[in-house]
Amino acid sequence: MRTSRAAQVAAFGAVVVAAQLAASGAGKAFFLTQLTMSAYYTLAVLGLSLLMGYAGQISLGQAGFFAIGGYTSALLTTLDLSSRRGHPAVAALVRLHLATPRPDLFGGQVLGLSPWLACLAAVVLGAAVAVALGVPVLRLRGHYLAMATLAFGTIVSSIAVGTQALGAADGISGVPPFELVPGLRVGGGSADRVPNYYLAWGLVALAMLLLLNLIHSRTGRALAAIHGAEDAARAMGVDAGALKLRTFVLAAVTATVSGVLLTHYNGGIGPSEAGVMKSVRYVAIVAVGGMGSLWGTLTASAVLNFLSLRGYFGAYDDAVFGGILVAVMLFFPDGILAADLRALLSRVAPRRAPGEET
Amino acid sequence: MRATRFGAVAGMLAAAFAATAKEPIRIGALVAVTGPAAYLGAPEARTLEMVVQELNAKGGVAGHPVELVVKDTGGNSDKAVSFARQLIEEEKVFAIVGPTTSGETLQVKAVAEEGRTPLLSMAAAEAIVNPVAPHVFKVAPKDSFAVEMIFGRMKKMGITRIGFLSSNTGFGKAGKEQVEKLAPAYGIQVVVNEVYDKAATDLTAEVTKLKAAGVQAVLNWSIEPAQAIVIKNVRQMGLAVPVFQSHGFANVQYARAAGAAAEGVIFPASRIVVAEALPASHPQKGVVEAYKKAYEARYHEDVSTFGGHAWDSLMILARAVEQAGADREKARSAIEGLKGFVGTAGIFSFSAADHNGLDPSCFELLTVKDGRFVPLGP
Amino acid sequence: MTLELLLQYLVAGLTYGSIYAVVAIGFNIIYNATGIINFAQGEFVMLGGMIAVSLSRAVPLPLAVAGAVAATAAVGALVEVAFVRWLKRPGVLRLIVITIGVAILLREGALAAWGEGVRSLPYFTGDEVSAISLAGARVSPQVLWVLGTTALIVAFLSFFFGHTMVGWEMRACASNREAAALCGIPTRNLVTLSFVLSAAIGALAGCVVSPITYTSYAIGGPLAIKGFTVAILGGLGNSGGAVAAGLVLGVLESLSVSLLPTAYKDVVTLTILLAILVVRPSGLFGSREASRLRDFG
Repeated sequence: MRTSRAAQVAAFGAVVVAAQLAASGAGKAFFLTQLTMSAYYTLAVLGLSLLMGYAGQISLGQAGFFAIGGYTSALLTTLDLSSRRGHPAVAALVRLHLATPRPDLFGGQVLGLSPWLACLAAVVLGAAVAVALGVPVLRLRGHYLAMATLAFGTIVSSIAVGTQALGAADGISGVPPFELVPGLRVGGGSADRVPNYYLAWGLVALAMLLLLNLIHSRTGRALAAIHGAEDAARAMGVDAGALKLRTFVLAAVTATVSGVLLTHYNGGIGPSEAGVMKSVRYVAIVAVGGMGSLWGTLTASAVLNFLSLRGYFGAYDDAVFGGILVAVMLFFPDGILAADLRALLSRVAPRRAPGEET
Repeated sequence: MRATRFGAVAGMLAAAFAATAKEPIRIGALVAVTGPAAYLGAPEARTLEMVVQELNAKGGVAGHPVELVVKDTGGNSDKAVSFARQLIEEEKVFAIVGPTTSGETLQVKAVAEEGRTPLLSMAAAEAIVNPVAPHVFKVAPKDSFAVEMIFGRMKKMGITRIGFLSSNTGFGKAGKEQVEKLAPAYGIQVVVNEVYDKAATDLTAEVTKLKAAGVQAVLNWSIEPAQAIVIKNVRQMGLAVPVFQSHGFANVQYARAAGAAAEGVIFPASRIVVAEALPASHPQKGVVEAYKKAYEARYHEDVSTFGGHAWDSLMILARAVEQAGADREKARSAIEGLKGFVGTAGIFSFSAADHNGLDPSCFELLTVKDGRFVPLGP
Repeated sequence: MTLELLLQYLVAGLTYGSIYAVVAIGFNIIYNATGIINFAQGEFVMLGGMIAVSLSRAVPLPLAVAGAVAATAAVGALVEVAFVRWLKRPGVLRLIVITIGVAILLREGALAAWGEGVRSLPYFTGDEVSAISLAGARVSPQVLWVLGTTALIVAFLSFFFGHTMVGWEMRACASNREAAALCGIPTRNLVTLSFVLSAAIGALAGCVVSPITYTSYAIGGPLAIKGFTVAILGGLGNSGGAVAAGLVLGVLESLSVSLLPTAYKDVVTLTILLAILVVRPSGLFGSREASRLRDFG
């Protein structure tokens, strides 16, 4: 019997709760911090999994979109407008509660833009860049697409490192927590640890629900058709170009949102988040989880990010991801977890079309 | 009968020994052992291990054995934040040494302060201690000291037009800010001001631009191999002007890498790199020579100022604990009260307002002669 | 700008350009034989330099270079045999990801073996300050070695592919693998040969540029990015195009320094790459035909 999507997500929710209770109960509540960070990275990886697994498009630039989200919100929320209070635009923002005074780390007062505004700006920018990049680039295939996305990621990284206003090599720090609703804020304070954990994984659950629904809809089947045999799909009337673009933008937006939230959680962002190595990690995680399996990718992301953030791999962190990449691609091209999870959760993904060409 | 008496004495001794063994002090270290800042972080990590062993061989700090937990951030700020939280909340470290780079330090400054854990950064950015956060200190000298020393010399040499090259790292950026800020006060005009990528392999084009502008001196601010590449390019191009470097040049492997081109380069450095040339009366002589000997014997490589920062931060912590006991807040206050502490980077005198503790005399102008660092005469 | 300065920028540009060109040629050889873009190409350059420096402590320089080239060629063969040879019908996606993983492993392996320090071979002729005057521009003798080596590599390759049996077989393999196999050409071994050749060329380049650029475990990545920018600019698979594109890009970069802030030099190069990919993926000198993606397997 086919497990319904809702039931799968509910089961996932149960796992999340159980993990929190176990961690808090065992006195290891600090695990939750790294699990929360893993959750935000997982958002970005899920978007990539949709793009690579279902639409069959490779992107080595996912970290670039993450950086666009993180840097935009960091830049906007750390702007101090106190010196420009008199300006009509600033006064309007204050009246609309889009700019509020808040204390900084050292007892001073700054007038900062509302994180909601910054988040909106980041998402709009991320989507716009995705469209601008996607329209010309998604026509390419295979190697060319990989290199174009790699070039994009490197451009974002170079701009982040080379621009003084973005903090250059130091990045931006002092980013305030993101108050979603009064009382619930995305931030790293230890008092907020448990609510933040549930918030982060709750967002992941929401994203899973949305993506699963997408996969099982007409759009999802069309995506799978494109992945399997693009020309045949076109012949059947599927607007491949539009679909690929929409998927690309969706993946970009998940990365952008992920960047915004993690930046608020960490209180800052640095140029290493935009680097090629990060994009490669995301791809490695999608590969491990199985390019056709969202649940597989989620599990792989939670585990690998958690271990990496705890420093489990020590100085060999990059080597481990490189090794995983090679091993999985050689021996488990369908992902290590795909097989087992399919048995456990029954059919989640539509059957992949025969052949593996992109 | 004799046996039981012997056993009783042995038992009492054992009990006495156990009673005197104190709780270990756990010190966390955030170091960029691998990654783009490995030039800084790897010597730092090695120094930390060496110093901890030395301390424990002498019975620890005030009787407390020292435990070191090193986390390799790879120069990544997200790892730095994650490990900082881990060290503070999970490992419950007494204090944190590091991070290696300014960017990482600025990201973890709030985390350390919120966790009320003393942090002794090995990075140089002014923003680390300005504004002052009560628990955050830094042991690396201010870039402005280095810049002022260089500019002072240039003024003396009658140089007014310079070309300035810096790398796109936190180190280069910090130097650039100070250079731009301080140049006018010394009557120096920066006619060419260029930033190059840290992975740059050849800077002939940038140096050509300097030649075209007719500069009277070249100032380069970076810590990568680019330092050596710049001087080679300058000399190969026949640009016969004095070349000044930042204190990042204070690692003899770069002088060696640049070979004949390094002759005559002028740069400020802390005295650790000219330990042998120091007069016996110099207050730092004992400390730097001992560190240099131990490090070079153990690791078979030359000392650098970065490893020295690691030594300074651990030993400052050790001194604070010796004075005030194994309590975080008391140790923190003790650091603030430390005056005249002899370190490798200079002589530290902290205060509530000054969490760096160094003054311009920590630097000395050096030059390269026959492939070795020697003090530059007046 | 005086003529002398212009020449100086040109020479700088030719230096960078030939470094990029040699990396691009390496990409092209493997691409031509297999359709794979080998993201680990930059690491071969790095390995050549690193191994040569280690060997040069024990044997004279020419032997050290020869040894490094041979050792890296062996690594290339190993990479092919271990990671590529036995794959049945791998997709392009899979291969790209594999070569990226291999690049990371080689880099981390170098870090483990040699540490993070920077090293270089001694100058082949002269030293760090010697320079030759060419019509007013001053050039390090090593630059002439780089240019000469690039020319030699191009000459050797055109001889190899134009006038030797093995070279013809590789070309046959490249243009239609199945037909080549039907003719009795040992395609699998030729694939290995292509990796060996690429690795050897990369290693030689790594040795000859090492005095100029220094070698460390991390130089492979940025070199690879520049290298395939040039390979695409010149048309994937077209080695003559790669050389021309490399020199052009090098000179453009060099001249851009005289005009723009250098902080964005890489951004400019990569934007050019993106633009070329979008507008004319066959590159400046490639043909539409050649730019059709080849299948491997």
